[in-house]
Amino acid sequence: MAKRERLSGNEAASIALRQINPDVFPAFPITPSTEIPEYFSKFVANGQVDTEFIPVESEHSSMSAALGAEAAGARALTATSSCGMALMWEELYVAASDRLPLMLALVNRALSGPININCDHSDSMGARDSGWIQLYAEDNQEVYDNFVMAYRIAEHKDVRLPIMVCQDGFITSHGVQNMELLEDEEVRNFVGEYQPEHYLLNPKEPMAVGPYAVSNYYMESKYGQVQAMKNAKQVAIDVMNEFAKISGRQYGLFEEYRLEDAEYAIVLIGSAAGTAKDAIDRLREEGRKVGLLKIRFFRPFPGEEIAKALSKVKVVGLMDRAESFSGNGGPLCAETMAALHRAGNTAKTVEYMYGLGGRDIKVEDFWHIFDELEEVANGKVVDGYSYIGLRK
Amino acid sequence: MIEIRWHGRGGQGAKTAAMLLADVAFFTGKYVQAFPEYGPERMGAPVTVYNRIDDKNIRVHSNIYQPDYSVVVDESLLEVVNVTAGLKKTGAVIVNTEKSKEEILPHLHGYEGELYTIDARKISMETLGKYFPNTPMLAAVVKVTKAVDEDTFLKEMEDSFRKKFATKPEVIEGNLKALKAALKEVQ
Repeated sequence: MAKRERLSGNEAASIALRQINPDVFPAFPITPSTEIPEYFSKFVANGQVDTEFIPVESEHSSMSAALGAEAAGARALTATSSCGMALMWEELYVAASDRLPLMLALVNRALSGPININCDHSDSMGARDSGWIQLYAEDNQEVYDNFVMAYRIAEHKDVRLPIMVCQDGFITSHGVQNMELLEDEEVRNFVGEYQPEHYLLNPKEPMAVGPYAVSNYYMESKYGQVQAMKNAKQVAIDVMNEFAKISGRQYGLFEEYRLEDAEYAIVLIGSAAGTAKDAIDRLREEGRKVGLLKIRFFRPFPGEEIAKALSKVKVVGLMDRAESFSGNGGPLCAETMAALHRAGNTAKTVEYMYGLGGRDIKVEDFWHIFDELEEVANGKVVDGYSYIGLRK
Repeated sequence: MIEIRWHGRGGQGAKTAAMLLADVAFFTGKYVQAFPEYGPERMGAPVTVYNRIDDKNIRVHSNIYQPDYSVVVDESLLEVVNVTAGLKKTGAVIVNTEKSKEEILPHLHGYEGELYTIDARKISMETLGKYFPNTPMLAAVVKVTKAVDEDTFLKEMEDSFRKKFATKPEVIEGNLKALKAALKEVQ
C-alpha cells in the first residue's frame, strides 16, 4: 500500500536507505548531500536500522571504508557531492575494478572553481569513465525509486559493479514535493539480503582483493568490467520491470516524452526534464511536433537504443549540464553524437550547455531551443554550441 | 496553480514558513513544491524561497519569475530587492511592517495589484515574547492567497505544533495565538 508523502530529495533518499537497511555507511559531510547521512544517522541512533554508521575524516576515507566493508562482504554505501567526490577519485576506480557493488548517493553539485554549491553534473560526469553505473533522476519520486532499485542492479552476479545514484543538488535534494513511498516490507522484500559470492570474511575461501596486476592481466581485468557494464543494461531493464509490478511506476534506461511522432527533440538528464515537459505540452497545443528523451542511465550508456528512439527526428538538441572544453559540447553530446553516427542516423544536431553552477533553466528557454531546432531544419547554420541563459 | 515568492533574510524562517505552507496544502490533498534559492548563506543575507500549489502534479523545476504573490518577511528588503518584479497584477504583495500602506507603496516600483500589510513583529512579541516573523507571515499568506481553508489551516498547524514542540508545550499556545492574531490583523 503506497503512502502519500511530501519530502525533499534528500529525505526521500534517506527513507529509502532506512528501508533498505544497509550494513555499513561511512560518511563525511558536504553540501548539498550532508542531509542524507544526517537523517540516516538519526535512524541509526533511534535503532530503526542496524547499520554501522562511521563518521570519517574525509571523503578519501569514506569511500575507502565503504569499499573495504563491501569487500569484507557487507552491503555498503557513502554519500557525497562535488569536491567530496573529487577527493574519492582514486577509490572510485578501485571500487569498480575490484567489482564491489557498493552505492554512492551523489547529490550533483558544480566542481570548483569558482567555488559554487549549486547543481550541475560536472562531478559525476567527470567520473563517467571510472567504471561505475550512473543513474539520474528528474524528481523526488524518481530519486526514491532509483535508490530502491540500485542494489538489485549493482549486486546482480552478471554485473557486480558499483552504482552512483545521482540527483540534482538543491533542485531535488532540498526541494519538497509530493511523492509516494512503498511500505518498508515491500522494499525489504524487493531488495533482499545481500549474498556475496566471494568476500574477504569468508574463512572457507581465503582471497586477496585489489592485488597488483601486471600487464599480462590488466587489460583482461578492464575487459571484464566492460562486459559487466554491458550486462548491466539487461539487468537494469529486468529490475525496472519487476519494480513496476510493486510500484506501478515503469522506468527504462531513458524516458521518451511525446517522442513517438516528434520531428524536433531534445536530449538531457535530470530535473530540467520536468521543466522541458511543461514546455513541450504547451508547444504541442500549438501543433508543434516536439519531444524529449531523458537519459536515466548514463552508464551503461544506452547508445543503440537512443539512436533508435531518435531515428525519425529531424533535428536533435543535445543538452549538457557539464562542460568538457572539447569544443564539441559536453559528455552527453559527444556520446549521443557518436551513437547516432554509429547507427547511421543523419539527424542534424545542435549542442547546448545549460545550468552550470545552478543557473536556472526556464520553460521559455526550451521554447527558444525548439524554435532554433526548427530554424536549423530550415537551413539556419548554428556556429558552435550555445550557452543557455548566459549573461553577455 | 498558485505561485508564491518569499523574500526574507537568512535566519528569519522564510524557508520554514514556505515548508509549513506546503505541508498544510499537502494535507488538504494538493500537490506542492517548496524550495529555496541559495546564494552565499549567512545570517541576515537576503534569501528567496518559492511555493507552488496545484491540483495536479507539478513537474516544472525552475524558479518562479511571475509569481501570484510576493511575501516580504523583512521590510528592509524593500530597499534592496525589487519584491514586485514579475508579480502578477491579479495577485498581491504582503509586507511585514508597522508602517501604513501609503508609506510602503513608493517602494513597490509602481505595482498595480493589491498590497497587504501585517505587523508580524508586534504579533510575535505579544504572543511569543520573541521576534519570529514566520508564524504570523504564514497565517497572513493563508488569509490573502486562500491557498488553504482557514479552519483546516489552524487545525493542521495545531497538530504540527503539538508534534514539533512535544517537549515545550508552552510554545504551542503562543504560536496558535500568533496565527489567529495574524489571520485577523492582515489588512
